[in-house]
Amino acid sequence: MTKSNKVEFKKYGTYWERNRASGGYLLRHDIGEVFVKFVRFILLFGMCFLILQPVLNKISVSFMEQQDLYNPIVVSIPLHFTGENYKIAAKIMSYGESLKNSIIISITIAILQTVMCTIVGYGFSRFKFPLKNLWFACVMALIIVPPQAFSTSLVIHFYNFDIFGIIKAIKGAPINLRGGVVPYYLMSATCMGLKNGLYIYLVRQFFRNIPVDLEEAAYIDGCGMFKTFVRIMVPQSKPIVTSCFLFSLVWQWTDGFYSKLFIGGKKLVSTSLASIADALGVYVARELGAANAQTGVSSQYTNCILSTGTLLVVLPVVVVYLIAQKAFVESISSTGIKM
Amino acid sequence: MKKEKKDESLKKRDKKYSGLQKRKAIAGYLFISPFIIGFLLFMLKPLFESLYMSFCEVTIGPGFVNKSWIGLKNYYDAFRTDPDYLVNLTDVLPQMVLYSIGIIVFSFFVSLLLNQEFKARGLVRAVFFLPVIMSSGVILGLEENNSLMAQIADTVETAVANINITDVLQEVLETAGVGTRAYRWVFEIIDNIYDIATASGIQIIIFISGLQSISSSMYEAADIEGCTKWESLWKITFPMVSSIFLVNWIYTVVDFSMRSDNDVMQKIDKVMVGELRYGPASAMAWCYFLIVTVFIGITSFFISKVVYYNDEK
Repeated sequence: MTKSNKVEFKKYGTYWERNRASGGYLLRHDIGEVFVKFVRFILLFGMCFLILQPVLNKISVSFMEQQDLYNPIVVSIPLHFTGENYKIAAKIMSYGESLKNSIIISITIAILQTVMCTIVGYGFSRFKFPLKNLWFACVMALIIVPPQAFSTSLVIHFYNFDIFGIIKAIKGAPINLRGGVVPYYLMSATCMGLKNGLYIYLVRQFFRNIPVDLEEAAYIDGCGMFKTFVRIMVPQSKPIVTSCFLFSLVWQWTDGFYSKLFIGGKKLVSTSLASIADALGVYVARELGAANAQTGVSSQYTNCILSTGTLLVVLPVVVVYLIAQKAFVESISSTGIKM
Repeated sequence: MKKEKKDESLKKRDKKYSGLQKRKAIAGYLFISPFIIGFLLFMLKPLFESLYMSFCEVTIGPGFVNKSWIGLKNYYDAFRTDPDYLVNLTDVLPQMVLYSIGIIVFSFFVSLLLNQEFKARGLVRAVFFLPVIMSSGVILGLEENNSLMAQIADTVETAVANINITDVLQEVLETAGVGTRAYRWVFEIIDNIYDIATASGIQIIIFISGLQSISSSMYEAADIEGCTKWESLWKITFPMVSSIFLVNWIYTVVDFSMRSDNDVMQKIDKVMVGELRYGPASAMAWCYFLIVTVFIGITSFFISKVVYYNDEK
């Protein structure tokens, strides 16, 4: 039966003849596929447009000259095209310096948080130990309670930092940990950074879905617990680790809360974006002299610079995402498990 | 007699295994020790301080914080004396349920779409990642005050206001008079699809990474056995990502309820930063957390009933 089909297949050359040979199946299949593609295109196009529209508005505004902003006829295509806004925004944000600082801090913090959360999440997913539920409840508390809720206490806590009175007993007085970067790195290394509870939970759920057979095989072959984790579990968790890394990078990049609390002294893109409106006022007053300073900066122009600054802040993260997302695609081929 | 012997041998075997179990327990503690240290060092005290504050009359002066215990008065005041708190709560909680369901369904659907093969997939995924950046940290607060962007959005909106399909549909359905309340909820979600799309960036990525970890050989086997795509969605995809569903659900509820533009959070912020009444603000915050926690607890209990884990054999 199959053999004769093959022979027929070779004989009928054109599409319609092949279709007739398959009893109309080929045509139905192809129409279905085109239909699915079409619907998918419409849906994705619509949703992308929905998301992109505000960003597109920002891009068009960022290229407008000041007079275009007051012109009611100009909506999205600038009449007087200019790149001046980018120059001003970069200048008042001291973009070069803050970008460098932000890159260093965000990447180191993101790597640290991802590594620690993966380790802790693995511990929660695969081992049975006493009081496990209590500690997991603490993770949930970390997820649910936002940092703003205890920010005041946290500041006071760091101002006179002490571990149950031990430091006071040794040094005579509690130490002041505020204002430095060190405590923030300490917090990240112990999974207390921004939204780290989520990463722990995420990693735990992910590992619980990987079959235990592979680990057991490794144990039997004499592989230690930590070695098993590094050699066997981590390579499989590439997608989830990548997402954790991306999240913590983005949240660190745009974070104003912890940055203000701990890294207040250094210029970061997030903090300089937050104060861009005031900085613009100062800049304009200095450039144009005191006479014009009284009229101040119009809200339109401030918002235009703000949009430009936002684009400057967002752009590097988008680039990082485009590079990092390859890990999502590669992960399928790299997983060694077949179920 | 025989049974006892068997029990004894079982006990012996348990003892034999207890060495490995003990080692595993120690290893488990070693793995989670960073978290334990961090929690004890950094979180425990501020958390309890905030909880303690909610039972206190707090006065803050230059360089000192004075707390005097007044019991449950702050909690009583929050519900009985404060004019807005209860109203805000009853406004926000149903919204939270509605939006969380909307966001979960939307993000699962989108992640299924984005997990397929098509041209420019990387670009489309990047577009869906954009809202994560645009609605995080300092940018969110700045966007709310951006009048220029609001003005442009208004101009665009008035230009397309005449061709609003959902409005017409809603009117038609409402005059039909069947189950108007259910329609209203659905239409509220549809009208705010932009908010939902921007709020589901994280969830989409989490779902995609869950979908990526499903072995393709399972789909192949199902395909050979004559399973349709629809069936394999419910029989393979759904159980395999069900654990991810639980994370996403919890994250969505928390994210929605702890957003800074949420009514209750704004109220708490107003009382805390605006009026400097730390005690009542902490009481309101802890009540709100408690309600959200109970809600998460109940819902995730029901969800975890259907969650499939690979390690439970």
